[in-house]
Amino acid sequence: MKLKISHTTKYTYDAPVLYGLQQVRLIPASDRHQTVLNWKVDVIGGDEELTFFDQYRNKCMLIKAHDGATEMELTVSGDIETRSSDGIYGMVYGAAPLWHFVQATERTRAGPGIQALSKLITNTAGSLEELHRLSAAILAATPYIQTATTVATTAEDALSAGGGVCQDHAQIFIATLRCAGIPARYVSGYLMMDDRIDQDASHAWAEAHVDGLGWVAFDVSNGISPDERYVRLATGRDSKDAAPVSGMTLGNALETMHVSLQVQQ
Amino acid sequence: MKSKTNHFDEMLLATDGVRDPYNKYQRWFSNEDPSRLAKKSKEAEAFFRRTGITFNVYGQEAAQERLIPFDLIPRIISNREWTKLSKGIEQRVRAINMFLHDIYNRQEILRAGIIPIDLIAKNDAFLPQMMGFTPPGNVYTHIVGTDIVRTGEDDFFVLEDNARTPSGVSYMLENRETMLQMFPELFSQNKVQPVSDYPKNLRRSLAACAPVNCSDDCTVAILTPGIHNSAYFEHSFLADQMGVELVEGHDLKVIDGHIAMRTTQGYQVIDVLYRRVDDDYLDPLNFRPESMLGVPGIMDVYRAGNITIANAPGTGIADDKAIYSYMPDIVEFYTGEKPILKNVQTFRCSEPDTLKYVLENLAELVVKEVHGSGGYGMLVGPAASKAEVAEFAEKLKQNPGNYIAQPTLSLSTVPIFKKKGLAPRHVDLRPFVLVSPGGIDITPGGLTRVALKEGSLVVNSSQGGGTKDTWVLED
Repeated sequence: MKLKISHTTKYTYDAPVLYGLQQVRLIPASDRHQTVLNWKVDVIGGDEELTFFDQYRNKCMLIKAHDGATEMELTVSGDIETRSSDGIYGMVYGAAPLWHFVQATERTRAGPGIQALSKLITNTAGSLEELHRLSAAILAATPYIQTATTVATTAEDALSAGGGVCQDHAQIFIATLRCAGIPARYVSGYLMMDDRIDQDASHAWAEAHVDGLGWVAFDVSNGISPDERYVRLATGRDSKDAAPVSGMTLGNALETMHVSLQVQQ
Repeated sequence: MKSKTNHFDEMLLATDGVRDPYNKYQRWFSNEDPSRLAKKSKEAEAFFRRTGITFNVYGQEAAQERLIPFDLIPRIISNREWTKLSKGIEQRVRAINMFLHDIYNRQEILRAGIIPIDLIAKNDAFLPQMMGFTPPGNVYTHIVGTDIVRTGEDDFFVLEDNARTPSGVSYMLENRETMLQMFPELFSQNKVQPVSDYPKNLRRSLAACAPVNCSDDCTVAILTPGIHNSAYFEHSFLADQMGVELVEGHDLKVIDGHIAMRTTQGYQVIDVLYRRVDDDYLDPLNFRPESMLGVPGIMDVYRAGNITIANAPGTGIADDKAIYSYMPDIVEFYTGEKPILKNVQTFRCSEPDTLKYVLENLAELVVKEVHGSGGYGMLVGPAASKAEVAEFAEKLKQNPGNYIAQPTLSLSTVPIFKKKGLAPRHVDLRPFVLVSPGGIDITPGGLTRVALKEGSLVVNSSQGGGTKDTWVLED
């Protein structure tokens, strides 16, 4: 499936920015799931300083706001050819070893809620049936509620809150698997929702490591394994590692962010 | 003169006389009037106070606090002793750099089962941001301060590897400068290998580790946390001696993909940053966001290959207490050689047989928490009461994996000068090691720390320790 994507993030500052940096993970890579046909990054009100690969092989870009800027607009756009792979990303490994993906992070540390959920996992080699069952249990326990959590909410807190968004679902899934000893990681990306062109936000899901198959993706929020409507952007241990943008500004300016995203065939 | 203790004294023999390296010094010393030396000792203090104050232009009070007692009897090491010692240090530092590259890349040592995975996986000193990256020149520990102790004629042990940001080199330089001023005649009688080239060598060694795309005219700078840091005077002293800029986080910015510092002529690109700021505080964009001491985005510039950070972030995994016990295996795994320097025997209480031994011999051992520091949660068996030992045994049984145990070492002594004569005191040694793609350079000598209290094994300056000039003879 050929997907056309245009994703704009606009930052507005209520005072001129003295010094502002944005670290961006919005550059998809070609792999067995997708081929990047073309992709570009446009910045208004700022400059691309450099690109680099982070420890998870995500291609990152560092952008600096123009001195005294009151707004900065970042647009990534291009065409991606995707293939259905039944959610199997496979035995593709970078520098980060599997044991790294069994370690809890601040956002995926297991509390009593996660520990109880992890009882659903009995096969530490990863059984697809059990993983799907866990995914369904998580969605039942934390239905989609946009106001229940924030970007910094931990898996355990989202579970206690009884609701969350795709980021929370992915992190609860990851935290539970790690608690059970299965390597798991976070994936950020895009999803073309069938009924619309303008999407509310970029998407996130999780990958579990299953013996014999390698990384297998689970979109807890939608109760499926990702298909050809999904585009992978970045991976990491949690939403912080794979954050599409993370920034820092000096000065007293308050930042507001507006996102517009179109994904279409 | 005779050694009066059961410990190995590096100067005084148990029978009359002194060990060889001290022959010429002893001849000079015996002709000196003790009252002249007592006066010199006072002068040395005044000298340090003066330089200390010039180091601390912002406040004299702070300078007084940082004055570490100086003893005027030098610690003398023969060329033969030094050759063995420096070969051993070089071997160990080479292995540490290979270990660091391995642990952040292919992790062969874990695959080979030599180090348990959990020791790395659950270790806070392991820095994920370093995975899959090779620093410029493949150098991780540009500067190392290996702590060495001695227990006998040929018995040298490495106590700590200090692969993060070792300090104390300014004392090594100052101590020599002071001795040269006070006793110039000693340096014509004894052929002492110089240490004064250290700042020049440090600058050259760092410049040799610059990123590949750096111009010939490489810019080095030192990043300090600022005047409130206890080692600030050393940062400013080194910058001055090396002829490089001393900068703080707020002086630096990302410009055109590089880190640049504010100067009177605008911003200038830095190629090599010798940072004296800890990993956690180095980059608020990538590590602790609340850090005011760091440089946002420097890790990004680093991974893009546009700056060298010395030492590399994440080197702490090599000088961790838990890793220490594996150092002999690490040396052998990477160099294929037997370790030249000994490790202090370390019992890992996580192993059941070892735990049994440790529990049976608790009164003779020093037990440390694997991740502890600053003496917290530690048992010094020989100094503890029976009740304390029994109480500690219970803690140990509850969580054996949290502890390592070591024998209490009988550190060598070197006499210090007292009005009544010479008095033996325990010492350690921190040589300073520079690593570049061109090789490993060790300044002959280093910093000798000395416990000024009789019988004390604690040489730390915070515990009343002092320093001595350290001589390595040419022949």
